[in-house]
Amino acid sequence: MDGFGSDFSLGAGSGKMDTGTIMEQVKVQIAVANAQELLQRMTDKCFKKCIGKPGGTLDNSEQKCIFMFMDRYMDAWNTVSRAYNSRLQRERARI
Amino acid sequence: MAFDLSSASASGNAETSELQRMIAVEQQKAQFEAQVHTFTDVCWDKCMDKPSSKLDSRTATCLASCVERFIDTTLTITNRFTHMAQKGGMH
Repeated sequence: MDGFGSDFSLGAGSGKMDTGTIMEQVKVQIAVANAQELLQRMTDKCFKKCIGKPGGTLDNSEQKCIFMFMDRYMDAWNTVSRAYNSRLQRERARI
Repeated sequence: MAFDLSSASASGNAETSELQRMIAVEQQKAQFEAQVHTFTDVCWDKCMDKPSSKLDSRTATCLASCVERFIDTTLTITNRFTHMAQKGGMH
């Protein structure tokens, strides 16, 4: 995730931003970057798998493929997330 | 990902360091997710044959194993590389 430098001008002079507001902004920025990363990778893979010789439009079967692909990719993402989390827990338990 | 707090109005160091701590927590979560993106990308290629109407258990197992083996590989390489660097030095 690059291009993620954030400069929070915390209202110097016009009153300060409270911690809650700042944290909200931080979380939103992170969530947006995360979504962008997900979509970019998913689109990449999906295009390679679902679109053969590019035609004039996306035909019906290509659209169905895209929908199904997205679902499977999210399933995979969740599976991977759980597996990674498990591994981290296990490693922490060893220390 | 960097968050610049240098313009934080001086309402006390305690508040700023609490904020930095909270941001560090979020950054750690973000790093976790960035890793999941990488693993999913790599393991998808290894484990998915034809996308179907659901993720079957064989594929799910493959994905989980893939994550584990990828981490093992990373650790193996890191450890051996460290050993090599210590032993022979880099030429």
